[in-house]
Amino acid sequence: MTEITALLGKTQVLEGLPDHPAIKAVVAWKPEALQDAKFDRGELTLTIAADVIRDVCFTLQDAGYNFFEDLTAVDWHPAAPRFQLSYHLLSHQYKERIRLRVMLDQADPSVDSITPVWPAANFYEREVFDLFGIRFHEHPDLRRIMMPDDWEGYPLRKDYPVEGYR
Amino acid sequence: MSDRPTTSVLELPAAETASEHHMILNMGPQHPSTHGVLRLVLEIDGEIIQSARPEIGYLHTGIEKTCEAKFYQQVVPLTDRIDYLSPMANNLCYCLAVERLLGLEIPPRAQWMRVLLVELTRLNSHLVWLGTHAMDIGALTVFLYTFREREEILRIFEDVSGQRMMGSYIRIGGPPMDPPLDFFDRVQTFIRTFPEKIDEYSNLLTGNPIFINRLKGVGLLSPKEAVALGVTGPPLRASGVDFDLRRDMPYSSYEKFQFKVPTSTAGDVWARYLVRLEEMRESVKIVQQALDGMPSGPLRPHAPKIVLPDREKMKTEMEAMIHHFKIVTEGFFVPPGEVYQGIESPRGEMGYYVVSDGTAKPYRVHMRNPTFASLQAIETMCKGRLIADLVAVIGSIDIVLGEIDR
Repeated sequence: MTEITALLGKTQVLEGLPDHPAIKAVVAWKPEALQDAKFDRGELTLTIAADVIRDVCFTLQDAGYNFFEDLTAVDWHPAAPRFQLSYHLLSHQYKERIRLRVMLDQADPSVDSITPVWPAANFYEREVFDLFGIRFHEHPDLRRIMMPDDWEGYPLRKDYPVEGYR
Repeated sequence: MSDRPTTSVLELPAAETASEHHMILNMGPQHPSTHGVLRLVLEIDGEIIQSARPEIGYLHTGIEKTCEAKFYQQVVPLTDRIDYLSPMANNLCYCLAVERLLGLEIPPRAQWMRVLLVELTRLNSHLVWLGTHAMDIGALTVFLYTFREREEILRIFEDVSGQRMMGSYIRIGGPPMDPPLDFFDRVQTFIRTFPEKIDEYSNLLTGNPIFINRLKGVGLLSPKEAVALGVTGPPLRASGVDFDLRRDMPYSSYEKFQFKVPTSTAGDVWARYLVRLEEMRESVKIVQQALDGMPSGPLRPHAPKIVLPDREKMKTEMEAMIHHFKIVTEGFFVPPGEVYQGIESPRGEMGYYVVSDGTAKPYRVHMRNPTFASLQAIETMCKGRLIADLVAVIGSIDIVLGEIDR
């Protein structure tokens, strides 16, 4: 077994990785946007306030994280806040990826769409909307993508049974 | 639910139905050149495409939801079924993610075996792509040639795993058993003759004027558009962005192999064809290096609580029997955390995002599939072009609907 080195919490990460381009860019833009941070198993996770995610994405795009890889959600039901959005961004320049994490409450889970930053997020946001019921403001085409248009419920939520409703 | 969406694809927005001489045409899901069940809603002006909207989900089986109800090791066979043309790449990506969650170190021999098999998978996948792509264009012969070689690769897979396609040979911790004695010789024989076979395909296609005319200058994608639309793999490199995860963010000992990453700046379907053909030649070199430098030693790490014991040991040792019983009945516990592992699959960047809550079942498994993102680029590549070009473009991003819909 290898040793897992981890930096947990915002202060530890800010001290441990002072020169990281992503952290520097976000802190320089707006320090309060960064709510929490974690460096675990070689992956940096930045928890971002939900209302500024699009601006943070613009900031990071300018800082060299030019490629949008992935967006998905995790349902932490019955914990609160319930939904976690995980954005994975890649930098071709630094050859490194970071994860942005946004926590959303159960009541009306919604967040700004990042399709203005990366058009690639279009299908991913539709998928999260379809399977988790999280809305994305100003998304160009927010329709179900996997399930039929008249499907009821959001299959990947934890309170949705694996066998579906009979 | 009150807030469910009501707009159907059949109720098109007003802007798209406004123009009277534009026609809405459904292409697929049963169209032979869509490689499965892709449905495109085309808006055409005569023969010219004005917009192309992919409608997917016909193969959606909820694999991500199924994963949450399985033990970690039971997810491996499911991953085969996502991208059914490169099952080993899926196995590898998932296993690497779980191994990183566990902090499990994999012996060099197993890593080399993985590289060897994944590169053979790349050849397998590219052969299917080449055959079907050429067939879409009208060159039917190539299909028979590529499937001749693919058959040999599938026989090698059957030899090593017992299955032709859904092998599940790459597992968490390492392969379940040693390869058969003649395995390396078979791979060597295949690899020795394969470059000539690539020349053969090239002879049939690269100088063929019909093939050139159908491909050159079609489906243009600039590097900026490719990055913005999330395109990865050969289409990205054909657009002039020199990025390959095998070289730039190595996994499974890829840093110890020497290979070139073919790129092109043309950004059209023809460039994608050339890049993939060149990739096949590079894969042959990687397989050769893996064969030559195959380290000796164990294939599985010493982790009795995670890796199933040998069948022989189970019959003679009590501990092995107990571990086997425990792993099969209650799985193994994975420390809490989240990991995203990306690999360079034949189609582009494949990523597995695995979240663990400390139990024996994954809390969440998400797959980032290369062609799911590449599909968004279809409209950019086809706008203002003929419908016939669309067939070439779909072939050039090498879609597999199994991984798009999951």
